[in-house]
Amino acid sequence: MKYVLGAVCGASVLLAVPAMAETTLTIATVNNGDMIRMQGLTGEFTKQNPDITVKWVTLEENVLRQRVTTDIATKGGQFDVLTIGTYEVPIWAKKGWLVPLANLGADYDVADLLPKIKDAVSVDGKLYAAPFYGESSMVMYRTDLFDKAGLKMPENPTWDFVIDAAKKLTDKSAGTYGICLRGKAGWGENMAFLSAMANSYGARWFDEKWEPQFNTPEWKTTLTTYVNVMKEAGPPGASSNGFNENLALFNAGKCAMWIDATVAASFVTNPKESRVADKVGFALAPNTGLGKNANWLWAWSLAIPAGSKKSDVAEKFIAWATSKDYTKIVAAKEGWANVPPGTRTSLYQNPEYLKVAPFAKLTLASIDAADPNKPTVKPVPYVGVQYAAIPEFQGIGTQVGQQFSAALAGSMTVDAALAGAQSVTEREMKRAGYIK
Amino acid sequence: MARKETTQRVVISTIGAWFFGFLIFFPILWMVLASFKTELEAFAIPPSFLFFHWTTENYVTVQERSDYLHHAMNSIIIAGGSTLIALLIAIPAAWSMAFSPTKRTKDILLWMLSTKMMPPVGVLVPIYLIYKSFGLLDSRIGLVFILCLGNLPIVIWMLFTYFKEIPRDILEAARMDGATIGRELVYVLTPMAIPGLASTMLLNLILAWNEAFWTLNLATSDAAPLTTFIASYSSPEGLFWAKLSAASTLAIAPILVLGWFSQKQLVRGLTFGAVK
Amino acid sequence: MATRQTQFLARALLTPAVGLLFIWMIVPLALTLYFSTLHYSLLDPGSEAFVGLENFRYFLTDPAFLASLQNTLVLVGSVLALTILLGIPLALLMDQPVIGRNIVRLMVIAPFFVMPTVSALVWKNLLMHPVSGLFAWLAKLVGLTPIDWFTDAPLLAVILIVAWQWLPFATLILLTALQSLDEEQKEAAEMDGASALSSFIYITLPHMARPITVVILIETIFLLTVFAEIFVTTGGGPGLQTTNIAFLIYSQALIQFDVGSASAGGLVAVVIANIVAFFLVRIVGRNLEA
Repeated sequence: MKYVLGAVCGASVLLAVPAMAETTLTIATVNNGDMIRMQGLTGEFTKQNPDITVKWVTLEENVLRQRVTTDIATKGGQFDVLTIGTYEVPIWAKKGWLVPLANLGADYDVADLLPKIKDAVSVDGKLYAAPFYGESSMVMYRTDLFDKAGLKMPENPTWDFVIDAAKKLTDKSAGTYGICLRGKAGWGENMAFLSAMANSYGARWFDEKWEPQFNTPEWKTTLTTYVNVMKEAGPPGASSNGFNENLALFNAGKCAMWIDATVAASFVTNPKESRVADKVGFALAPNTGLGKNANWLWAWSLAIPAGSKKSDVAEKFIAWATSKDYTKIVAAKEGWANVPPGTRTSLYQNPEYLKVAPFAKLTLASIDAADPNKPTVKPVPYVGVQYAAIPEFQGIGTQVGQQFSAALAGSMTVDAALAGAQSVTEREMKRAGYIK
Repeated sequence: MARKETTQRVVISTIGAWFFGFLIFFPILWMVLASFKTELEAFAIPPSFLFFHWTTENYVTVQERSDYLHHAMNSIIIAGGSTLIALLIAIPAAWSMAFSPTKRTKDILLWMLSTKMMPPVGVLVPIYLIYKSFGLLDSRIGLVFILCLGNLPIVIWMLFTYFKEIPRDILEAARMDGATIGRELVYVLTPMAIPGLASTMLLNLILAWNEAFWTLNLATSDAAPLTTFIASYSSPEGLFWAKLSAASTLAIAPILVLGWFSQKQLVRGLTFGAVK
Repeated sequence: MATRQTQFLARALLTPAVGLLFIWMIVPLALTLYFSTLHYSLLDPGSEAFVGLENFRYFLTDPAFLASLQNTLVLVGSVLALTILLGIPLALLMDQPVIGRNIVRLMVIAPFFVMPTVSALVWKNLLMHPVSGLFAWLAKLVGLTPIDWFTDAPLLAVILIVAWQWLPFATLILLTALQSLDEEQKEAAEMDGASALSSFIYITLPHMARPITVVILIETIFLLTVFAEIFVTTGGGPGLQTTNIAFLIYSQALIQFDVGSASAGGLVAVVIANIVAFFLVRIVGRNLEA
């Protein structure tokens, strides 16, 4: 027994000399389905890299964001790999908080990343985070209800059509609502949708001199249209509905149309979660003919905090989790429908994927239609479609979101909400020194 | 003479108490039921009460995804540790305030309670920086320490009010017999205070078990208790209701079972000196 | 009589607790005070600059401040009123001879064991949801229009959730007090021909004064910092209808990552808490004198 132990010890010492000592990676991530799957596949990674152990910190989005931001800003050093969005990447990269990803490996094929997504996680041509999955937004609608009403959804609908259809398809006594949209206050909740919608109406957050623009007619049209259509054709309680609440409504068959993240497409077509799985069609987010559709761009991405002592190992993990091989592993274990979408061109050329993902074409078209560098009809000083990539935006966006959510609830008029939004934004921008 | 307990009275009060008890308990029951439904059924209207397809798939998923025992163990250590240490510090303090009060005793007591009224988020950054420099981030000791301090005012106050109820004559008698203060504390005071100690301990276990601000913000993985376990199931993209219900049921089960077995003590000692 | 020796010992025993609490209070407080005079954005470290009272001016002139102050007081007041007004009859009922009292008692205590986040999610999605919630279903069953809780009465909805969580606490304390009420006193009153009502008013209620005080004090401490229930259900909205002080500070600290104004807000909250405590002690504190 002693000898065996001795031999094992000796062997492990020998092994440990050429290889590095065992490294533990702590990875912070969001609790969304694709990340949960990645967590479940950790074994595949450690099988190839026996000297690495992985610890997961899986949290809901808001908690994760506050956790990760506090830690990176105070240099707490609790995490080796962070899951962050396209909003954080440019801000943090400019602060020098992220390690540029230059050693992803020869077979990583950076050129295969969707150009819009790659741009969104790069600063000055350098990749600061690797996209894990990407999304835009689009219209999801009930083909059976449209057929019954004799309506036909164009592939690139206008707002006029969508609003008209929403009113026609509403049958409140039967519990069917023409359109479900986000209403819960938050920069990543109702403001993500409303900013994208405003872009399609020609509005913008700030002009070139960082003056807030809520006093413009474009914003007034946007908010009036939104409030009116939701009053007439939206579900009750809309002002506290976010992504999940609307998903539950849509899956229960209560909504004829829903405009939201493209990742929702795989949920609403999954018969285990949705009652209407075989009756869903997809279209681009609506426009008003001004050249911009009401769709956003977002990618959850993996990044390494600056100052990490394990950045080599962390980069190895990131390269694995965002590689083409990872896609294949998921496909082999869980089927093609479950691979993380929206990051690589090759996925959208893969016939096996296209066969099981009826939404693939429109997801790609929606991602292509969003341009974070030129998000609006008129020029703007910021980057980002449904947000402005400045540190102050989270706070401002959430406060403006509260005003708009009050307008939706009817406890405030549209004009009052816009005036409130304008003064809140001016106040914050002055404090931050953008305007005098 | 016992009060008249007519059958009618028993029947009426039994029905009434069960009705309201059930009403109060219902949201929890509903959550436990939801944990045995599929995600789709959990949201169905009209809702199904008992006649749905019972499934344990949510529990299987939860177990596959996260190490429940690791989190539960951390919760037990953190909640238990912080409560015990708080009691060790609080017993002498409460004893001294109850039996040798000074003019300032009441002020000290109120001041202690007022430390509890500051919203913790206001001091997150200072605490985070302090913890970082002492290497206490993601350590059980760090969490035990902060939860202990957070609950200390309540513990001291509860014990103080309880100690005050203990008849002084007994203590005087003990002193006359020449008992030292140490003996007085161990042999006279403590046995009399057991119900109060027990309920103080239970109440603080519950508070520490459910504390979800410091545990979420200062623990990462090694020290992560059940609150972080819950946070990994709430509000992802997609339907989450049944899985969250299963995780929540698991998270409250230990403390609920403890409550079940100890409810007599909890009720007996939960007087805050309020009973004269 | 306390001798000098026992007094000395008493001090010695008190010191660790007071000392620890003092450090616990003074160190973060000093840091908070320091941060509150800085322009300090967590997202822009290195740019800290002394700005004097600017953060306080900013926090106090925030239009959300007065609204959140009002919401805080309404929330605390309503939950206190609800838990006490419902807790008294509930405690009276449970003090009656009830078959299976242990089980009933456990059912009544249970909400106290549930984490605030979880109970808020249960109430929001499974009970109060205007389309797929149980309340909506019940309302439709009897032909009523379901209440759209988080649109039409958001603050009331939050109050109900919080009250549900704290009702067990109030009931338990009141029940404990009831059980200690002298049986003989009650019986004597009954024999004197006092009605149940007058024996309640003249004997039971005065006896409850102290436990009620305790409930008010303890609950106030926790209710002033209610956060998770708001965060999960309404996110402070619509508008500012459910933003309380704790939530406002949260949004400064962890949405805007503005440490300076969050620190200022934290200090303002401490002042408010102390004002509340001051009045509380004046109004109900007499009952605490031993």
